[in-house]
Amino acid sequence: MSTQLADPGRAFELALLSTDDVAARREFSAAAQREGTYAAMDSLVVPALQRIGEAWEAGDLALAQLYLAGRIAEEVVTAALPATRPFFAGAPPIAIAVLEDHHVLGKRLVLSALRAAGYGVTDYGRGISVADLVARCAADRPRVLLVSTLMLPSALRVRDLAAGLTRLDQRPALVVGGAPFRLDPELWREVGADAGGRNSADAIELVRRFLGGAR
Amino acid sequence: MSAAMTSLERVLTALRHAEPDQVPLFLLLTVHGAREVGMELEPYFGDAHSIAEGQLRLREKYGHDCLVGAPNATADVEAWGGEVVYRADGPPNAGEPLLADVETIRTLEPPRIDGNPVVARSVRVIEELAARSRGVPIIGGVVSPFSLPIMQLGFEKYLLLMSERPDLFERLIALNEEYCVAVANAQLAAGATAIGYADPMSSTTCVPPETYRAVGSAIAARTLARIRGGVSINFASGRCAAIIDMVAATGAVAVQVGSEEDLAEAKAAVRGRLAIIGNLNGIRMRRWPDGHGEIPLQVPDETLHAIADAARRWGRYPIDWAAG
Repeated sequence: MSTQLADPGRAFELALLSTDDVAARREFSAAAQREGTYAAMDSLVVPALQRIGEAWEAGDLALAQLYLAGRIAEEVVTAALPATRPFFAGAPPIAIAVLEDHHVLGKRLVLSALRAAGYGVTDYGRGISVADLVARCAADRPRVLLVSTLMLPSALRVRDLAAGLTRLDQRPALVVGGAPFRLDPELWREVGADAGGRNSADAIELVRRFLGGAR
Repeated sequence: MSAAMTSLERVLTALRHAEPDQVPLFLLLTVHGAREVGMELEPYFGDAHSIAEGQLRLREKYGHDCLVGAPNATADVEAWGGEVVYRADGPPNAGEPLLADVETIRTLEPPRIDGNPVVARSVRVIEELAARSRGVPIIGGVVSPFSLPIMQLGFEKYLLLMSERPDLFERLIALNEEYCVAVANAQLAAGATAIGYADPMSSTTCVPPETYRAVGSAIAARTLARIRGGVSINFASGRCAAIIDMVAATGAVAVQVGSEEDLAEAKAAVRGRLAIIGNLNGIRMRRWPDGHGEIPLQVPDETLHAIADAARRWGRYPIDWAAG
């Protein structure tokens, strides 16, 4: 079925929420032809993911919908990027990890959203300790480190992580997210992070803030 | 004034949708019992007697109206042979998913209940609580057949299984139903008063209401029909306002709502059909002088005493102070 909405952003959003990858690809291709690939990410993909994230936050959408929408957006964008150069080669380094915990869906949602917004992200995986995460950051020198947690004790461990990162000669901006931070909006400050995100679209906004527009 | 009710009388009166002497206090403490008996969490959760002793000491301390007979949700992963990761400062968690390849669902069999050491442990906890307490409800617990695959497969793989492999999804759910019913009935036979049915996957935080209508509520209705006792459904900290009417049709006697729900709206929606178990935010509780599943170990004793005192002071019927 052809989507004939006047607002291409809404049409793209509807395609994502209908898990209609064909329509999503069509809308993105049309926008990319009009504006260029990276401009289409900003005008079409990011606003759609932001509205979807806000709708989840408001209780109007479910995680399952957020996940499938992010996955399709990621696939559409990565398929549209030039195949002649390594994906996101030369991008400012961004890293993501699940600190100590083993539940990865939150990290997956953020990864999809950031990749759909055109950011390259290094995935450090799950169940990673503070010491290992600090060591990875010392070696890779990311400019932004996104940390996801599910359980409160892991969220509180961010305090040790923040202290460890401060000792590096290049300290990444530390962005945290996950259930403990959603349920206690003050927690990210308490543990010494630079920002807390409430959903995957927040991650795009925060990465933009800390990278100053670079991608 | 009539003599105070026992905890069991208080809870059963509330479940009949009548007013007891005061609002029952369900302080669902799980990890705190280890501190009461001076143990680290991993050996504590491995020893039935210590769990029972911890629960009894907690009730002695705070005077709440229930004992938690199944304080560890990862028991339902461990019973299937899955990995459980312990830590010193919080509840254990499911580790590497049990099913790395969804195709293994084809030949998967549920664990035998008889002789399963994990199930036997939860049964022994409840037996000891029943033997050593009188007039206090003992709440058993199972993870719902619809939610258990989050830990069996990992959340992402489970979402894909639901949308792409309905045949394997249905088989896994059927296996989980058999396991869930058997464990719940074993706990009831051991002396549990009721069963807590943890179903975060059904919350509208995780799936849309139409999925609950078509899938989650049907699984709950089938499962609850075979559990030989009262069941309280909870959604961990997930939202349920949009589905609460359907929850009332599953056969549950109570629903535990999350901290994002409006209690008055929830009560109005299911008045006379479901008892409502309320919704303090366990994460924020840590910084109180003022639900995320359970109350964290980091919540101090003073806060728990304050909650118990407040329930006794402000929860006495008739609750006329709230009218104005």
